[in-house]
Amino acid sequence: MSNRLSSVVVVGASLAGLQAAQTLRRSGFDGDLTLVGSEPHYPYDRPPLSKRFLAGTWDEAKLRLRGAVDPDEFQFNWKLGHKATGLDLEQRQVILGDDGQETLSYDGLVIATGARPRTIDGCELTGVHVLRTLDHARALRSDLEGQSRRVCVIGAGFIGAEVAATARELGHEVTMIEAAQSPLARVLDHETGMAIADLHRDHGVDVRLGVGVAKIEGGVAGGQDGDDNGGDTAQSGGVERVVLSDGSAIESDVVVVGIGVVPSTEWLARSGLTLDNGVVCDDTCMAAPGVVAAGDVARWPNSRFEGKLMRVEQWDNAVEQGGYVGGRLLAWSRDDAVEPYAPTPWFWSDQYDRKIQLAGFPSARAEVVHGSIPERRFVQLYAGERGELIGAMAWNRPRHAIKAKQLIARGANMSEAREELS
Amino acid sequence: MKIVVDYDLCESNAICMEVAPDVFEVRDDDFLYLLTENPSEDQSESVLIAAERCPKQAIQVITE
Repeated sequence: MSNRLSSVVVVGASLAGLQAAQTLRRSGFDGDLTLVGSEPHYPYDRPPLSKRFLAGTWDEAKLRLRGAVDPDEFQFNWKLGHKATGLDLEQRQVILGDDGQETLSYDGLVIATGARPRTIDGCELTGVHVLRTLDHARALRSDLEGQSRRVCVIGAGFIGAEVAATARELGHEVTMIEAAQSPLARVLDHETGMAIADLHRDHGVDVRLGVGVAKIEGGVAGGQDGDDNGGDTAQSGGVERVVLSDGSAIESDVVVVGIGVVPSTEWLARSGLTLDNGVVCDDTCMAAPGVVAAGDVARWPNSRFEGKLMRVEQWDNAVEQGGYVGGRLLAWSRDDAVEPYAPTPWFWSDQYDRKIQLAGFPSARAEVVHGSIPERRFVQLYAGERGELIGAMAWNRPRHAIKAKQLIARGANMSEAREELS
Repeated sequence: MKIVVDYDLCESNAICMEVAPDVFEVRDDDFLYLLTENPSEDQSESVLIAAERCPKQAIQVITE
């Protein structure tokens, strides 16, 4: 038995979707292959948006993902600037546009619509930014050009921390606010989180922890983000200050809201797919027959970590999972069995001159085995309940981070890891 | 097949070393070293994956 696979539609033309499409082509799929992207741009790389692009050292041409440098290379049908608004699993059709007039038929579907930034009241004010897309980055970059501004970053997650670092390096006055007791509290233990706070403080950022935002205040909402205001934003009806939950206020010219993302699944609301903080898939990233999901939008049970349902918002996962689901569709068409998708998550973050990498997951059982936290060059291991290595964080120790990733993947115990990584 | 690494882009994330350890090596000095510029047929698949997985897209693979 086999399933027909003469056309594939990929919804989401960013890292995961492009990788899925490239993998299909490289594996010999020569049918119709359409990439639908809601943004008008060819696929580009997002990590530099908070770093080199924002700093002005990279231009847009450098951002283009390699698989899209020559848009004709893989014979994709590009549907850029088109938003998917619905999915009909019965008819195997993706619905495009708000009027729903245009449809795309598929035999195989890749869902890779990613995520969008969370917003709060006040985000509509001129000078208030989120950062996810190239258009967001253009707007923020233009507000950070020229004279020194008072920049307030809400949220000390990776986006917030990287934007704070870049803005500081551009010479702006930066305040970073975090509701939790330490930065990156969702992914880091308290001590390494505080090391991030100290890193920023040493570079002159005013880091406020354990305090929430009551509201963002400003004048009359101005034009679109990205407009050249030609002067002080505060005088042009933009943002004026961020009021904190303790009653204090931070006068601000530019505000960046980095408080996480929400998976982009609205278009699937009536599709019948299981949606719960993402598109819920089986352990091979399949959400329905011939329908797979990858990247920030996908949630699947990772058998490497006891089948825990995961949704991973990381660059490396988008590449790996995108490639995996491309192969998954081909296997489905041939009715072949496949190994489950069971990666060891890994990511990096560059802040100032530090490269921070985390493989696997942190736990309370943390142990520095190389270097030290005060010198900001260290390897910290995290043990699971049975003494196995489940995570490792490395600061300016990339070789160790990758070795740790491999040790986690093969189920090494702590004593083995200590020996290899000290 | 020939490998060219753009060392201005490379930040030694070492993902390439994970994927193709017989071709890429990040050493104790935290720099990337190419163990060969002309990988064999057997190595070519992993080299292509390494190039794709590089977070800085610093690895270029030239095929004739």
